[in-house]
Amino acid sequence: MLKGHAEHFPGSIHQPPLASNVDAIQPGVHIEHPHHPKLQHHFDDMGQQAEASTLGMWVFLVTEIMFFGGLFMAYLLYRWQSPAAFQEASAHLSIGWGGFNTAVLIFSSLTMALAVRAAQTSESSRTQVGWILITMFLGVVFLGVKAIEYTEKFRDHIVPGPYFDATKWEHPAGVEMFYSLYFCMTGLHALHMIIGLGIMTWLAIMASKRTFNAEYYTPVEVAGLYWHFVDIVWIFLFPLLYLIGRHYHHG
Amino acid sequence: METLNYLNDGHGLASWLLTKDHKRIAILYLISITGFFAIGGFFAMLVRLELLTPAGDLLSAETYNKVFTMHGVVMVFFFLIPSIPAVLGNFMVPIMIGAKDLAFPRINLLSWYIYILGGLFTLTAALSGGVDTGWTFYTPYSTAAANSHVITAALGIFITGFSSILTGLNFIVTIHRMRAPGMTWFRLPLFIWAHYATSLIMILGTPVVAITILMVAAERALHLGIFDPALGGDPVLFQHLFWFYSHPAVYIMILPAMGVVSEIIQAFSRKNIFGYSFIAFSSLAIAVIGFLVWGHHLFVAGQSVYAGMLFSILSFVVAIPSAIKVFNWTATIYKGSVSFDSPMLYAAGFIGLFTIGGLTGLFLAAMGLDIHVHDTYFVVAHFHYIMVGGAIMGYLGGLHYWWPKITGRLYSEPWARVAAVIVFIGFNLTFFPQFVAGYLGMPRRYHAYPPEFQVLNVLSSAGASILAVGYLIPFTYFAYSLFKGEKADNDPWGARGLEWEIPSPPPTENFTVSPIVTEGTHQYVHPSQEAKLA
Amino acid sequence: MFKNFPLFPEAASAQAGQVDAVFFFMVAVTAFFSVLIAALVVFFAIKFKRKNEEEVGADIHGSLALELLWTIIPFGIAMAMFVWGAKVFFDLSRPPVGATEVYVVGKQWMWKAQHMGGMREINELHVPVGKPVKLIMGSEDVIHSFYIPAFRVKADVIPGRYNTMWFEPTKAGTYHLFCAEYCGTKHSGMIGSIVAMEPADFEAWMSGGKAEDSPVASGAKLFQDLVCVTCHLSNAQGRGPVLSNLFGHEVELEGGAKVIADEAYLRESILNPAAKVVKGFQPVMPTFQGLITEEQLLQLIAYVRSLSQPGAAPAASTNSSTPPAAGGRN
Repeated sequence: MLKGHAEHFPGSIHQPPLASNVDAIQPGVHIEHPHHPKLQHHFDDMGQQAEASTLGMWVFLVTEIMFFGGLFMAYLLYRWQSPAAFQEASAHLSIGWGGFNTAVLIFSSLTMALAVRAAQTSESSRTQVGWILITMFLGVVFLGVKAIEYTEKFRDHIVPGPYFDATKWEHPAGVEMFYSLYFCMTGLHALHMIIGLGIMTWLAIMASKRTFNAEYYTPVEVAGLYWHFVDIVWIFLFPLLYLIGRHYHHG
Repeated sequence: METLNYLNDGHGLASWLLTKDHKRIAILYLISITGFFAIGGFFAMLVRLELLTPAGDLLSAETYNKVFTMHGVVMVFFFLIPSIPAVLGNFMVPIMIGAKDLAFPRINLLSWYIYILGGLFTLTAALSGGVDTGWTFYTPYSTAAANSHVITAALGIFITGFSSILTGLNFIVTIHRMRAPGMTWFRLPLFIWAHYATSLIMILGTPVVAITILMVAAERALHLGIFDPALGGDPVLFQHLFWFYSHPAVYIMILPAMGVVSEIIQAFSRKNIFGYSFIAFSSLAIAVIGFLVWGHHLFVAGQSVYAGMLFSILSFVVAIPSAIKVFNWTATIYKGSVSFDSPMLYAAGFIGLFTIGGLTGLFLAAMGLDIHVHDTYFVVAHFHYIMVGGAIMGYLGGLHYWWPKITGRLYSEPWARVAAVIVFIGFNLTFFPQFVAGYLGMPRRYHAYPPEFQVLNVLSSAGASILAVGYLIPFTYFAYSLFKGEKADNDPWGARGLEWEIPSPPPTENFTVSPIVTEGTHQYVHPSQEAKLA
Repeated sequence: MFKNFPLFPEAASAQAGQVDAVFFFMVAVTAFFSVLIAALVVFFAIKFKRKNEEEVGADIHGSLALELLWTIIPFGIAMAMFVWGAKVFFDLSRPPVGATEVYVVGKQWMWKAQHMGGMREINELHVPVGKPVKLIMGSEDVIHSFYIPAFRVKADVIPGRYNTMWFEPTKAGTYHLFCAEYCGTKHSGMIGSIVAMEPADFEAWMSGGKAEDSPVASGAKLFQDLVCVTCHLSNAQGRGPVLSNLFGHEVELEGGAKVIADEAYLRESILNPAAKVVKGFQPVMPTFQGLITEEQLLQLIAYVRSLSQPGAAPAASTNSSTPPAAGGRN
């Protein structure tokens, strides 16, 4: 019944003597014990903390896959409906810029992996910061190229909406749909890259303060996972957007 | 001198608004969710008042359309989806598994701020004129024809979705990595299994509706033409993407309530749950199969008959795990030592009303029958039986059950029983006539209706007023208990579980030392037998 | 208020009985299990009421036999419901051959119907008792839904495509027509009447009305007015394909794909001609998107259909003649 009563059914758990009696629990008493400065107190040890952080990032990346997935579904449907239009639209994208950007991102994943390794093997903070900065530089290059591509589209009236120039195309309706998806998908991807650059900045600052070493490098690892994911999304976007129906021409 | 617990461990607004303690965050959610429930309830009251008469005489058509839209948006996204996970889940999950907090306390707090930000966006949309698309935002009406604050509301929902995603992420990592020594998966309370399954849905489904609603906002703002046929888009694509989340979303709303019911039935029968692993696996099955049935919302949209059949058969299959749970709960009471305190009244009410709600879902899963009842009050009655008769009863039951633990106070049990009965009666009077009205042919979202539906609508509105009273009473005695309620000890109900081993209210870090679990947490053994076993 | 208090809808179509049968079966199952569970819960609560503070329940954990029992039996019942429901759906989505066709256009916030004989109606639809009627429906703006509770039929009306539904009235009378998909401000005002009449009365009504052009005649006129006739000649010399004997036949497109020339194909070809170009022709047809209403589209389609019916002007056709497929997407 809902009456306070002192007796309660003995627990099926076994608490060490210090805590088995209710009254002996002294909340707020913090027994000093040596631990890593970065250990958060709800974790038992650094190992648990690191495992939780990496699992958390993997779960987050799954949500990101679902997030991009909606756009990929729309793309699949409309490409299936208007294959010729999509091919026409895709042919207009610069395979040079796209390919270059793909190489830039893949290389940036390499430098990111090296940054993680540098932290993992307790390399100097200079080395760590160096790899992070190179990764960031490559990210900026990628975004710069996208800015060039986007500007070209604005200039050529290829942006969907009231200023879209339908007269240049054989299949204007489908081409406009393609470019709607192009801007949504690459735009969302670019947004993720910008967020990634923000994370990198924070990481570089922390690394410069010698925060990361073999005992504690989880933030670098977790940021690395995020960066690799952004790279992988682009590896799907590139062929789906830039390489529809392309043929290799000799000479 | 008062012992230190999470409530008095730190005073002042900052200690609450910048807290990392999952229990304080649960309280923050409790307050905001109650506020949104009141707002959603206010809109419901307007709807039921208008529907007292066949003519649209209380509100203009435009206003009425905004009112039912806002009722749906607020209730679904700002009340039902967060309610149990964000309040009871946040509070209880770490304690039940023997942890000091969730895996990511700061992300937990961020989750709440995101929820508030999304709520502010949506309230802004409401206060600056409202949205009138229905909570389902069907295109092309929402992207091309609606004359209301679609983008603001859409952004509000988009933002709040991330609160849901982060909560789910937190629970998954916590349950995987923060269990106390000896707390194996099959010793976990069923409340935990329920929240684990719910979290899977949160992380997999919410991002899809997020991107979909973003596309709606983009289409409306930039005339992109993804869903608008006039611009070359496909309006049915929107429906597929929307329901891909929004169907599993209803399982986000009900699974936690089922978890609460499992806990309450055990506690108030003083008996182990019947069929523990069946209930645990049923929760997972509902989460997984729930992702495969969304097309049952598109039976009359012109979807392929064969696709429809696939969705129909899976919709029947997804009902089976729920049925298994209902039978197991009933069997738990058999040969129990049963006490009908208010939490148990809510749990029992849940079982009955969820059974009706779930079975009427089968009417909708039967394709040939769905043609007639789709988009009628039959559907409205069905989902309110599940969400109000089910989820809200579960939420209230859980609030009552754990109120002594959360606040350290006892509430007035006689008043609680009265309120539970009033809620049950008011609820049935509100929504049962809607089944009849629906089969008669009254469509949903109708501001005015032909006179032959009036009696049923009057009954429904009368019930709603009783239901409202039923909801106000707990608000009163809970508030009263905070100041004048008798202090609760560790285990006022005589229940089992790690949460009942620690003080009420709990200390900030829950356990100073990790408990070591040696057997399942719901072993009801009489003290005299304990002595024999020792 | 109490004078008009029905609890069950009238059944006025040949389909209603089937739907009601499924409904009653499901009501019976629902009532049975709800009452069973409620009774058990109440009975157990009373029988096993706690007698003293120290009492605990029995040490029971489960029973595989019971779990199997209450999994398999509900599964069986659910599968029966599925099969029955699917069967009724199949019947409701396959109009019989020879059903009378009516074109319906939904727009905010009214229903427009065009009979083949020329009668036009707004917010009303007259139909003959005892004969199947098939509706081909399009929307001018947003999604609507054409719902006749007394017939137990409903279909969404979606812009950009055609949906069809059919029914066979069995009882003369006037029945509610509702829009059942929220479509904006006057959604609940988008209602009307279905008037089922005995065949003789229906004939009288059809011929007694204002002499309007049939959709076919209106379509023929549009075909001239919109100068379709300049490219779509009745011989193979034109810039566009010949349209006689086209409807219902297979068409080969540039690139090798083959499609059936149904209502959806014709509609797309008028609004987005470049989407499917017929093999051997250039993509020079201009689009009529924005220049033509849904009703006019249906009239043009009716006209092109009429060119395939026996008695229409025969013309040399470049298409192979394959049997016509069922017209209209479901």
